[in-house]
Amino acid sequence: MLVAPSLGYLVLSPMLIVFAGAVLGVLVEAFMGKTHRAAVQFTISVGVLLISLQQLWRIRDISSTTAAVDSVTIDKAGIFLQATVVLLALIAVFLIADQDNFVAQASAVPGSNEEAIALQQKNQQTEIFPLFLFAVAGMMLFPVATDLITLFVALEVFSLPLYLLAGLSRRKRLLSQEAALKYFLLGAYASAFFLFGAAFLYGYAGTISIRGISAAAGSANDVLLLIGIVFVSVGLLFKISAVPFHSWTPDVYQGAPTPITAFMAACTKVAAFGAILRIFYVGFAEAQTLWRPIITVIAILTMVVGSVVAIAQRDVKRMLAYSSIAHAGFLLSGVVALNKDGLAASLFYLVAYGLTTLAAFGIIGLVRDSTGEVTDLNRWIGLGKKSPLIGSIFAFLLLSFAGIPLTSGFIGKFAIFSAAYQSGNIAIVVAGVLSSAIAAFFYVRVIIMIFFTDPVNDSVSVIIPSVKSKISISIATVSSIVIGIAPSALLTAANNFANFIK
Amino acid sequence: MNLLTLVGALPLVGAALIYLIPTKDSELVKKFALLVTSLVAIAAIFLAVGFDKSITSLQYAQSYSWIPTFNINFALGIDGISLVLILLSTILVPIVILATWNESEGGRWSVKTFYVLILILETMMVGVFAASDLFLFYVFFEAMLIPVYFLIGGYGTGNRSAAAVKFLLYSLFGGLLMLASVIGLYVIAGNQIGATFDLTQLATLEIDNQTENFLFLGFFIAFAIKAPLWPFHTWLPDAAKSATPGTSVLLLGVLDKVGTYGMIRFCLALFPDASKTFTPLIITLSVISIIYGAFMAIGQKDIKGLIAFTSISHFGFITMGIFAMTSQGMSGANLYMVNHGFSTAALFLVAGWMMSRRNSSTISDFGGLQRVTPVMAWSFFIAGMSGLALPGLSSFVSEFLVLVGTYTRYPVAAIIGTLGIVLAALYILIPIQKTLHGPITEGNENMKDLNLREKISIAPVIAIIVVMGFYPKPVLDLINPTSAKVVVDAGYSDPIAEVNK
Repeated sequence: MLVAPSLGYLVLSPMLIVFAGAVLGVLVEAFMGKTHRAAVQFTISVGVLLISLQQLWRIRDISSTTAAVDSVTIDKAGIFLQATVVLLALIAVFLIADQDNFVAQASAVPGSNEEAIALQQKNQQTEIFPLFLFAVAGMMLFPVATDLITLFVALEVFSLPLYLLAGLSRRKRLLSQEAALKYFLLGAYASAFFLFGAAFLYGYAGTISIRGISAAAGSANDVLLLIGIVFVSVGLLFKISAVPFHSWTPDVYQGAPTPITAFMAACTKVAAFGAILRIFYVGFAEAQTLWRPIITVIAILTMVVGSVVAIAQRDVKRMLAYSSIAHAGFLLSGVVALNKDGLAASLFYLVAYGLTTLAAFGIIGLVRDSTGEVTDLNRWIGLGKKSPLIGSIFAFLLLSFAGIPLTSGFIGKFAIFSAAYQSGNIAIVVAGVLSSAIAAFFYVRVIIMIFFTDPVNDSVSVIIPSVKSKISISIATVSSIVIGIAPSALLTAANNFANFIK
Repeated sequence: MNLLTLVGALPLVGAALIYLIPTKDSELVKKFALLVTSLVAIAAIFLAVGFDKSITSLQYAQSYSWIPTFNINFALGIDGISLVLILLSTILVPIVILATWNESEGGRWSVKTFYVLILILETMMVGVFAASDLFLFYVFFEAMLIPVYFLIGGYGTGNRSAAAVKFLLYSLFGGLLMLASVIGLYVIAGNQIGATFDLTQLATLEIDNQTENFLFLGFFIAFAIKAPLWPFHTWLPDAAKSATPGTSVLLLGVLDKVGTYGMIRFCLALFPDASKTFTPLIITLSVISIIYGAFMAIGQKDIKGLIAFTSISHFGFITMGIFAMTSQGMSGANLYMVNHGFSTAALFLVAGWMMSRRNSSTISDFGGLQRVTPVMAWSFFIAGMSGLALPGLSSFVSEFLVLVGTYTRYPVAAIIGTLGIVLAALYILIPIQKTLHGPITEGNENMKDLNLREKISIAPVIAIIVVMGFYPKPVLDLINPTSAKVVVDAGYSDPIAEVNK
């Protein structure tokens, strides 16, 4: 006989609110007239994110391992990660609300009459908002999920909307659809790996709970455990675009509508790293001799390949994609560190990186010519002369990515590398600083293009951003600056919240 | 408010206030920048007046918690070595502003931006010499690159953006190696005495030999790039050729001193054993720098390149003096840092005026300047003589001290180093002969001599060069106790009785 499980509605409420908002969004999309739909959808999105944030604040001191039977654990680190996702999503939604970036009618064939008519009649559909909320909800579930099936469900819940969103660009639609398809196929492949590994882990431990796996570690043949860990890791490493599972990243970052790229780059990283941290710190910590060497090698490879290949990029979105790969490598050193400092440093790094990324992609969305965004770096030449403010902000963000002191990136790097050094993993620190030096090259090169080269006479210009984009970019930039100069509040918070219930 | 904080913060406040001045009024911007930096220089002189020479511990010390999670403090404090370098920096900045009044025009950006960058840079320069917290030092050390990068890339000449990038990447590479060492130290401190970045506490750590060597190298390479020591020097000539004369003065005169200062403050103080291990290698590199820089300088056809390579030679002397590990060598090296700052400033500023009048930086384009522009020629002559360490001018004292200090421990190095002085005569006298004497080269007949502004700005520099040549005692009094302490703390004692100077 089935017993109805008891659910901890209070601690689950932040997620449930976002899910409810998403469902509501679908209904609005179906039943509401087009005149006010966009405004209503936007209000719903902002509203549920704010309420969810407020709920997270209310439950900040509560922890529970039985909120949804055994499959969700709400603890300090989980709440911090959820709050990070919500906050970044809240900033991202202001970028996404700039409807001009999205196709009016996704079902219309690119270049068809239908598409032209939809554009002409301003029949803009607003399905992006519910899709976005579903993705956010999935991302909130992912880092708190503590059994393999819930993890898989969360993974799919946030991935599927992203696959769709990636294909909704208004301009360069074929590129966008190609990116979506690529993302979907490779993502499905990675999901299969994850499931495959989950099956092995179940076979090994007799349970799908990651705490159960941790308890069972060492009790039977390690080969099964190793295979399980490796395949589950492949699925997760794909999401954070670690080398050698990174090949989708540049294509998807380039093809997806820029606000979606911003959202994806910032929030997916938080969610996926949250899950990885939890799985490795809680589930696989007992088996660290099995996986630590592997993840160390992957981390080093990720940093180096990301930094080196970025040098060859001629497209700003692709460059930032490779830069995000390099940053995934830096973040992995926090996973390998496997100590409290490593967790705290990772939490800090995720916030700092997320904010900088949102602002950077927000600015990329502003640089346009008559056919839409211009991402070719050669056409960014002399941008600093045309628009000194935007040029300076972008230069600052690049310096933050590069980790120059007095930026948030530097503090993050310092924190995460000292945690890695603390754990005795000096190779990763040396590889980290060397690849930072390589990475500095391509960041600096962009600054040269923006500032030190005279603009060639072409039509690229910085559009005057809409109020919403302005809000989004300035919040992200200002917080990034503040975190760089006075990081102690966030560092203390990250330290206080760096705790997984085992 | 602590006077030291005032010296450091004043330029930053000035930089903020400059924004209130309308962009078009560039004369007002310049005057304001001159006023602020002069005030800073005066404040710095008061700093020296209030400094107690008999104490070797940090003075004007203060500490505020900045990032408690890592126990990072905004901790400042100066001893004799830091003080003279702060004096050097703060005195040079207003001189540079006055001397290169029109340099900021014709850059990529506005005049205002130029002075904002200069003022920010000045804050960083004071900060880097005053920081007594390793993390804070690192922040200044790295953040300082950004204004210089924009100064070279935005206002320089020739292939300026390439030079700026080369400068930045070299320095960043060194800085990141140093970051790895900083992290290492932080973690070791955390395991032994609790996480700290306080320099005096870090100096007490017990580090095993192999780790210490690696940590030392992380710091040393960063400083050797900055200093610059052969073979890490290749960025300097490009940067010096592309930067404006004023920026070059700050770059060679002050920023590069951060490298040698760092060797004293961090390499020796934190890793005395590793310093001992690497001393033979470093002395060798210094000697190579002295000779290599001198030979390269002889071959230069470009005035800026000439000055850059003479500096490489001089930095060889400074590094040799530091790692000779005698109190004379250490005092000499410290004094050399100051003297080199002023003589390079004189050389670059006068060379800058010559170049802007002639629109050329090629040595052979000048000739017979002595007859056309006597004041300018004499200034250049004195600066050059100081560069070759003519007795009676400031560099002589320091070069002599360095060689004496080195000889007692490394006689061969000192003897080869002396060869550098002979070569210095060549690389200075030949260009002086070519530019100042002989027939007036075509195109120079109507060259204008220094105007009043230029005379006013060069006068103090030349005065300092001459006075310090005859009477270096005030500066040596500041430097000597600290230098002796550095040598003793590193575990050395002088091989022979101290020379009374």
